[in-house]
Amino acid sequence: MKNWNGITLAKEINSHLEKSVLDSNDNDVYVDPEKIYQVMKFLKETSGFSFDLLSSITAVDYYDHFEVVYHLKSLITLSKATIKAKVGYGRQDEPKIQSVYSLWKGADFQEREIYDLMGIKFEDHPNMKRILLWDGFPGHPLRKDFVTNDQSIVEDSKK
Amino acid sequence: MFEFIYDILQFFLHILITDFKYENFLLTLLSGIIIAFAVINAVLGGVLALIWGERRLLGRFQQRSGPNRWGPQGILTSTADAVKVMFKEDIIPEEADKYIFNLAPLLLVVPVFIIFSVIPFGIGLYAVNINVSVLFILAVTSISGLSIICAAWASANRIAIFSALRSVAMLISYEIPVGLSLVGILLITESMSVMDIVNFHNMPFILIQPVAAVVFFLGSLAEINRTPFDLTEAESELAAGYQNDYSGMKWGLFYLGEFAAAIAAASVFSTLFLGGPNGPILPGIFWLTIKVVAVLFLIIWIRATWPRFRIDQVLNLAWKGLFELTLVNIVVTSIAVIIWPDGESNRMIYIALANWIFVFPFLFIIFRLLKTKNYDDNDIKKVTYPVGSDKPKFEKAGN
Amino acid sequence: MSVKSEPITINLGPQHPSTHGVFRMRVTFDGETIIDVEPIFGYLHRGSEKLAEERTYTQVVTLTDRMDYVSSMLNNQGYILALEELANIDPKPRGVWLRMIASELQRIASHLVAIGFLIQDLGAWGTPLTYSMREREKILQMFEMLCGARITNSYLRPGGVFMDAPLQFWESLNAFIEDFPSKVEELENLLTSNEIIFSRTKGVAVLTAEQAINASITGPILRSTGVDWDLRKTDPYDYYDQVEFDIPTHTAGDNYSRYLLRVQEMRESLRIVKQCVEKIEPGPVRPHHDEVPNLVRPPKGDCYTAIEGSKGELGFYLVSDGSISPYRWHVRSSSLINLTLLKDMLVGTLFGDLFVTFGSIDINMGEVDR
Repeated sequence: MKNWNGITLAKEINSHLEKSVLDSNDNDVYVDPEKIYQVMKFLKETSGFSFDLLSSITAVDYYDHFEVVYHLKSLITLSKATIKAKVGYGRQDEPKIQSVYSLWKGADFQEREIYDLMGIKFEDHPNMKRILLWDGFPGHPLRKDFVTNDQSIVEDSKK
Repeated sequence: MFEFIYDILQFFLHILITDFKYENFLLTLLSGIIIAFAVINAVLGGVLALIWGERRLLGRFQQRSGPNRWGPQGILTSTADAVKVMFKEDIIPEEADKYIFNLAPLLLVVPVFIIFSVIPFGIGLYAVNINVSVLFILAVTSISGLSIICAAWASANRIAIFSALRSVAMLISYEIPVGLSLVGILLITESMSVMDIVNFHNMPFILIQPVAAVVFFLGSLAEINRTPFDLTEAESELAAGYQNDYSGMKWGLFYLGEFAAAIAAASVFSTLFLGGPNGPILPGIFWLTIKVVAVLFLIIWIRATWPRFRIDQVLNLAWKGLFELTLVNIVVTSIAVIIWPDGESNRMIYIALANWIFVFPFLFIIFRLLKTKNYDDNDIKKVTYPVGSDKPKFEKAGN
Repeated sequence: MSVKSEPITINLGPQHPSTHGVFRMRVTFDGETIIDVEPIFGYLHRGSEKLAEERTYTQVVTLTDRMDYVSSMLNNQGYILALEELANIDPKPRGVWLRMIASELQRIASHLVAIGFLIQDLGAWGTPLTYSMREREKILQMFEMLCGARITNSYLRPGGVFMDAPLQFWESLNAFIEDFPSKVEELENLLTSNEIIFSRTKGVAVLTAEQAINASITGPILRSTGVDWDLRKTDPYDYYDQVEFDIPTHTAGDNYSRYLLRVQEMRESLRIVKQCVEKIEPGPVRPHHDEVPNLVRPPKGDCYTAIEGSKGELGFYLVSDGSISPYRWHVRSSSLINLTLLKDMLVGTLFGDLFVTFGSIDINMGEVDR
């Protein structure tokens, strides 16, 4: 399976959708989070790209911002690519990004898990609820500022 | 047997009191109680043996030894189980309907024991001889269907009601083939009494009415909720279904009732189709025991091997398969009985041949019609998704 | 005259004999037909991804065993491959052959569990289950010879495996290779010639290829819809491009084809094991600690590697910041994503099909919840 070079992919995307790509290097493409849905739709439906399998969505907490990472695979062209989007600068308010559920149904449980553990809300997702933890859990555990050795937080929330 | 015990008791009573006003009533009551006591104890002993036998046999089928801890070769396992069950706490759910909740296990167990009153344990050894005993057996077995509904409804538990409704649908559907399969025998023997059927001829009815035997056997398996029809308590789906909320001895009664029903079904099958206690050399009770054990082995073997059906397949089998077979059997048998009426020599052989030639092929025809069709070409297409049919844009020419 | 009926909702709770672990479903029935399914899980969530941020890279291997506890060697393999790519470690050849043997044996064991429990759920009271467990017992004894543990192995290390296989391992492996094909025949006969199993699984819960790909479903489920997509062939890792094997596919997409596929995949795995045994050469199984230190410090960056696990695409995403523990570790678990279409598969079928369909997806709760 061939790997899409990030710089080539960024050039292609920019030539069709103006100013969607913010940055790129050999491995990944950084896309503007406002335009993520159009970029994904373009990548899924255009021939020559046709990324029909969404391999995984995940999120990483880099102390001043979050990054949502999409790994895409294409069965038709036997290629793969990585797309990233930076959200939630400054950690003041809830980080938000558009959901790709309507393009790939496989994003269902993965986006719910990112909301549950990282706190990034996905708009237009039909069932944006916690999936692995119970509904009243305080906080989002996978964030870097979540205190892990304080058991009382978990005990208090169950009362 | 009744008169025998009556005479013995009368002899002992006359030693004490010679002239007692209620002598007949008292002696009838006492002899009835003694016979019932003996029959019930015999059946309970059989149930204990069956529980041990089934668990050991299932273990052997699964390449492991069954229970072998309590007693030599594990014979006392069922006693240990019974003692354990007696000591468990008796829990009644709060929303349960107490009277029906307590009544349901009894409704299952009592009719099963009643059946044993008309089964001959040996030649001339029976509790009661009714001249419509076949009808009596069919009527009494349908009461146990009521107990499942009572148990489920009184538990106020949704899953229990689910399994009970499935079970009732199955029981009602299977009573018709079971009843109709016996009509062939009744046409030949012209009597509904089990005694007459057993004493009728030295050829067992399984050779004369093969299809009726198969239908009756499958129908009995469904009536006693055994694999492949054990979807009421499909343990892997519903985790004991209608018995969910029962604990302690009430659950013990359900468990016991199921095994007693298995023995009852095997006994009825051996009596009607395999000739009951008839047989050379050995006394009748040994022959009956051997036949009942053989039928029970077959039931356990089927349990260890076959998976279970789904409810719509079960109902399809009853209404579209077994029902038709019984109708064909009745038509052919009645024609055969008219052609060779009572009194002709070798009558049984002619009727048997007529059944084997005309009715037996229908068994294969109907099972072939009910089979699931194999995959046809539409299901096995060649390419469903064009993997690797295109090239990524960075490889295409002119890029 | 129509009869009024109400739909009834049943909770098939986390404790249940056949939900393959702690899995909860709220099912709504209309009679016996299913009209809605809501899966609820998270009862086995242990926070492995957060725990990994406090462990060294080699200690995370123990966390990977416990995710999908039926196929631990495969989890280990996926993680070690991601680590090797991130840290630019060259694996030793003998270690690679050994870990290929271990992975394929683990795939066989995982499929044996799936098939055995299918037939148990169908109602055959445990007889075929004990046959498949008997075979799995031999594989687990071989694992015990390799690394001392039967289920949670932690056998793989960066650059190879933990230690070399003793002599008894090769003897029992050869005996297993001789003996196993007849057992696969036995299991396949059970599935193909038994009318009850055929009629209960044929045509139930059909998936099309487009639906499956859109829902990111991979593994035997995708191959049963007619798409020949196997990461060992399309994106080879380890030495899978040096061995020959086929990928069985079916196009029916129903329960029956998913089960039959798993039986056939076991045969192919055995073929791979046989070729690995022929091609293996003596040598070190693990790099010396001068080449690769015990506390691995990969350079800054991230990497996503996916292998073909027993249930689908098992992916590991590692982010490193140059220190001895991972900055972020994410597992793309195949079982969780294979559950996406549970509702679409089950709506319209009967209650009797619920657990059979659920078992044919073959999930493992350790992987769903991590």
